[in-house]
Amino acid sequence: MAELLSSDPQHTAGLVSGGFSEAAFEAFLSQRAALLGRQEPAWLQAMRREAWQAFLEMDFPSRQDEEWQRTDIRLLRLERFGFPQPPPSGSQTPPALLAAGVALAGSCVHLNGWPLRWHLEPQWQRQGVLFGPLDQLLLEHEATLRPWFYSRALQARADKFAALHAAGWSAGTVLYVPPGVVVDQPLHTLSALGGGTDLGHQLVVLGEGARATLLAETAATAGDANAPGLHSGAVELLVGPRATLRYVNLQDWGRGVWHFAHHKALVEREGRLQWTIGALGGRLAKVNQHVALVGEGAEAEVNGVMFTEGRQQLAYHTLQHHEKPRCKSDLLYKGALQDRSRLVWRGMIHVDPGAVKTHAYQRNDNLMLSQTARVDSIPGLEILADDVVCTHGATTGNVDESLIFYACSRGLTRREAVRMIVSGFFQQVFDRIPIESVREALGQAIGRRVREYT
Amino acid sequence: MSDTLKIINLHVAVDDKPILRGVDLTIRRGEVHALMGPNGSGKSTLGFAIMGHPGYRVTEGRVELNGQDLLAMEPHERARAGLFMAFQRPVAIPGVKLADFLRHAASNIRRPDRKEGEELIPMREFRKELYAKMDQLRMDRDFARRYVNDGFSGGEMKRAEILQMAILRPKFAILDETDSGLDVDAVRLASQSIAEIGGAEMGILIITHHDKLLEHNQPHYTHVMLGGRIVETAGPGMARSGPELAAELHRHGYDRIRAAYPEAAADEQAMQRASGRAEAAAV
Repeated sequence: MAELLSSDPQHTAGLVSGGFSEAAFEAFLSQRAALLGRQEPAWLQAMRREAWQAFLEMDFPSRQDEEWQRTDIRLLRLERFGFPQPPPSGSQTPPALLAAGVALAGSCVHLNGWPLRWHLEPQWQRQGVLFGPLDQLLLEHEATLRPWFYSRALQARADKFAALHAAGWSAGTVLYVPPGVVVDQPLHTLSALGGGTDLGHQLVVLGEGARATLLAETAATAGDANAPGLHSGAVELLVGPRATLRYVNLQDWGRGVWHFAHHKALVEREGRLQWTIGALGGRLAKVNQHVALVGEGAEAEVNGVMFTEGRQQLAYHTLQHHEKPRCKSDLLYKGALQDRSRLVWRGMIHVDPGAVKTHAYQRNDNLMLSQTARVDSIPGLEILADDVVCTHGATTGNVDESLIFYACSRGLTRREAVRMIVSGFFQQVFDRIPIESVREALGQAIGRRVREYT
Repeated sequence: MSDTLKIINLHVAVDDKPILRGVDLTIRRGEVHALMGPNGSGKSTLGFAIMGHPGYRVTEGRVELNGQDLLAMEPHERARAGLFMAFQRPVAIPGVKLADFLRHAASNIRRPDRKEGEELIPMREFRKELYAKMDQLRMDRDFARRYVNDGFSGGEMKRAEILQMAILRPKFAILDETDSGLDVDAVRLASQSIAEIGGAEMGILIITHHDKLLEHNQPHYTHVMLGGRIVETAGPGMARSGPELAAELHRHGYDRIRAAYPEAAADEQAMQRASGRAEAAAV
């Protein structure tokens, strides 16, 4: 565990060590009380303890579970990690890619699983918007936030990693927008990890008719691109009636990070959600992205941009759940694979009985940049209602040599040609993303990664 | 001394099947050469081999641009040295806007030592130039924002190829059946466009079945290819002029040629039997 403790002696004294033991959990709880300046409320402590019991009782997922068939966690040594530790003072965070050149309504930065700094422009504070670190705001605005936190979207017992998260979540960002308030500038949150553990939790609540854009990203701190790390995270998005949320989640952890997460959105009557996922980082990722359309006429657009290289293994499981009539969901995930990396996309459209007049689409296209990469693309439909329109499709292909030659005949080097063809491959999903800084960040991240294609 | 593209005793194989069997051709800047001949005689192969397509293997011979060995260069280096090919069937590059594609291409070709990632021609400056050329070619400016050849009609693709040539201003251009698939008016427009964009300052090799494309680009020389070699050439100081031979072939076909060159005609037959149009399949 020594590797997780900071080298700054001021911060190592008396802190938790020894992975995820009983003693470590108790120490973590008392440390929280000390840092927050008061005890967390009884209900929250009870929630943590219950989840901790679940974590101890539950088995690790095995490859016999259908969900985990394609995710190999045999090399994960959970005992090498422990509860998040406050970062050394004066720690630097990497630049925020998604917020480059953007005037922000607010921002919230976390490092190594702890809130570092945050702000919200006064005009939004005056209108009742809440934005900042979840642990503090949940205490300060308990009456407003408690009804949403872990109430409808997520289950602590979904799997062992979800239970660990529910017991030990520390960092994380909350955004609450009261009914009718339109936040017309994006909010931004960054979680950086320089090795160690991040158990960040994001909670977004939009009241009826509210509008907001949240740009969320993760990154490795400078010099720690390959440090071993663990992220077990959760995202809850609660989009109220006629509310509109644009949510971007760019996952760009360092290459030593094990990334487990459950993301779920609930979209109420005539609510609109546009959700863009960038899956770039991590050593291994297993993410469940679940969109539930729980009110009539709700709509969700889901965009995924995935790029894997080296020996990365990323698995994204998506679910578009139509619970009510006249909802629409449209999912487009695109992936490119390089080297010996592995990518899994498993998508499901589920239409409940009675969810008539559903429109649901899902599509996944993958581009192979090496012969040794592997992709599994598994679309699925479960339709229990009549009078619905559902389509799904998946393609996988190589970069076409005739396109490369054509571009080279115009003076582009082979590598420049491949980069251009790869960026063109992603353009269809970029065209759906209205935020320029997001398109640029994703496009540049992918451009940097594409190497020679042979 | 004017720029010279010199093809010397070129032999090319596709999938180990010999296609070109010793082609000699010299083009100087400012000259228009027409290359005619029946399908499968090796005309497109000559174009691909000069441009450096990896599927076309040179087994013998040389290609020189001002004495430089072109065959030792990668395709992008040949392009930067001043070579251009307008494709018979240009491929679509989905998601890549024609303007962005051409801006990269022009930046490379005007600065041949440019490394990837180095600055491009400023967007504003390039757009102005691109629009001016599009206007000149009577192309809708919307094409600049469309993806390269994606969903273009046959005529639009060929116009886009000519536009690329106009922007890149090569020393030598190979136009591979730029007239195929076009109606008479479109061919006339293409022919006129080539002349308008300064075709006279390039060395041009026009591969064609017809003389229509030559209307505004009178060939100084016309060559006939059969069985993988050039069997007959017309031009200044020869029995017939380039346009005369082109007109004859357009009107009467290749029967006279086959009769006059029985050995090449036999090679042509053998190639067609052996490959079942391997050339078309390889492209």
